[in-house]
Amino acid sequence: MSTDSAATPPAPAAARPAARGRIIAVTSGKGGVGKTFVSANLAAALARRGERVLVLDADLGLANLDVVLNLFPKITLHDVFTGKAQLEDAILPAPGGFSVLLAGSGLVEYSRLTVEVREKLLEVIDKVAPRYDRIILDTGAGISDVVLYAVSLADDVLVVATPEPTSLTDAYATIKVLATQQQRHAVRLVVNQTSRLGEGRVIRGQLQQVIDRYVTPQMQDPGVPFKLDLLGEIPTDTAVREAVQKRRLLLESLPGCPAAQGISAVADKLMS
Amino acid sequence: MDSPTPPQSPKSASLRLDVALQLLQQSGVSLPGTRESNPSGWLQAVIDGLCELSSRDALTGLANRRQFELAMAREIDRVARAGEPALVLMIDIDHFKKVNDTHGHPAGDLVLREVGRALHDCIRPMDTVARFGGEEFAMILPNCPPAFGQTVAERVRSRVASRPVSVAPGQEVSITVSIGGAFAPQWVRSSAPLWIERADQQLYRAKAEGRNRTCLEMPPVSHVSAEEKGLLFGTSQFQDLE
Repeated sequence: MSTDSAATPPAPAAARPAARGRIIAVTSGKGGVGKTFVSANLAAALARRGERVLVLDADLGLANLDVVLNLFPKITLHDVFTGKAQLEDAILPAPGGFSVLLAGSGLVEYSRLTVEVREKLLEVIDKVAPRYDRIILDTGAGISDVVLYAVSLADDVLVVATPEPTSLTDAYATIKVLATQQQRHAVRLVVNQTSRLGEGRVIRGQLQQVIDRYVTPQMQDPGVPFKLDLLGEIPTDTAVREAVQKRRLLLESLPGCPAAQGISAVADKLMS
Repeated sequence: MDSPTPPQSPKSASLRLDVALQLLQQSGVSLPGTRESNPSGWLQAVIDGLCELSSRDALTGLANRRQFELAMAREIDRVARAGEPALVLMIDIDHFKKVNDTHGHPAGDLVLREVGRALHDCIRPMDTVARFGGEEFAMILPNCPPAFGQTVAERVRSRVASRPVSVAPGQEVSITVSIGGAFAPQWVRSSAPLWIERADQQLYRAKAEGRNRTCLEMPPVSHVSAEEKGLLFGTSQFQDLE
């Protein structure tokens, strides 16, 4: 039917067959659950394990990646988008041994997802993808079109949730949209700020149960089960607050603390 | 200040326009004035007439695929800017080959024309309906909220089904269509081919599920019902841990 493949841009990464898991979107639904904290520290943990990692601020200027990493970039994605700088010059080394591509506050004007922004973001990702083992897209809070677009570019989605009912509800709503709109049958879960061992497993079970009952039947292929995969849990840890306030990576400042160990376990599971 | 000299008019007398004029005459386009009395106005009318011809499907008079893709590009742009929901429908005549094989190609043409007319009768002024190719038609419905999509598509389907086509005196053929639809790619990468592909996938589904039906891609649902929340928090697994 529509056979003009020459005019067709590359399929969304979700549909690309090769390199599963290389581009991973970190999202949450609700804000303030530690999404950027997880993105940055997971990147550091993966870098320690020998991966070449790039974290991209896919929140287009509203992410706090620069704050978390204590970076003051002179050149950002905004300059690349407006043709003022080369992509190479916007890629910065971060403290944890990985690279970052920050959006810059100028991109706030792009918080509406125009065709232009979509194309530019895609172009950037396609250009950097071959040079890294893993690209982490740190998306914004909520289920906006920018977030869903960024997620549509990723092979894998990692949803960060806390045990708070509001966070769980938003995480569930996000998973529901990803399942019904992007027809994803697998999502990874990290439960942050757990207060007891095994809480992550319980929460995964709760979410899976509601997904099986209300989401999977709505999917185009309801016969294929939806797999919510628990990558790990990160316990509530006062060291996290201290690291964030000092604007340092937890994995750098206190690699032995329980939260850092939780993140390391997430990295191990992701690589396995 | 008035422009004292009019823009230099093209030397229309030296242009080879025989084929163009023949095409326009054949399709009933009348030109204002004469080539001599108003050369630039006349030439503009020739060009307009040719543009019109190149955007229409000769058999059905609907927009052709080229025109449809232009309309889609405009709509994608508008959706990105205004965020309004828009729907694309791909409409395929069921068992069209059988009509051709049983009643001959002239009957097939008649069916295409009648289906085209039925589709044209269901649309609003801002909608675009086109013959996409062969027995496949396409529609763009700007500003069509997801809640109305199924009703609109169903109206199109039943309109065609309710109008048997008279292919010969006393000989009527019942015609049905399968319809696939997808809403504007508000959340995924947007281009006309991708949007059409998503609607096409739904069309395949409508065909596979038995034809004479409409299948629309589901719009994203982010609402969490009380029931869902109940199941999410209601069970006692949290207490089980303690």
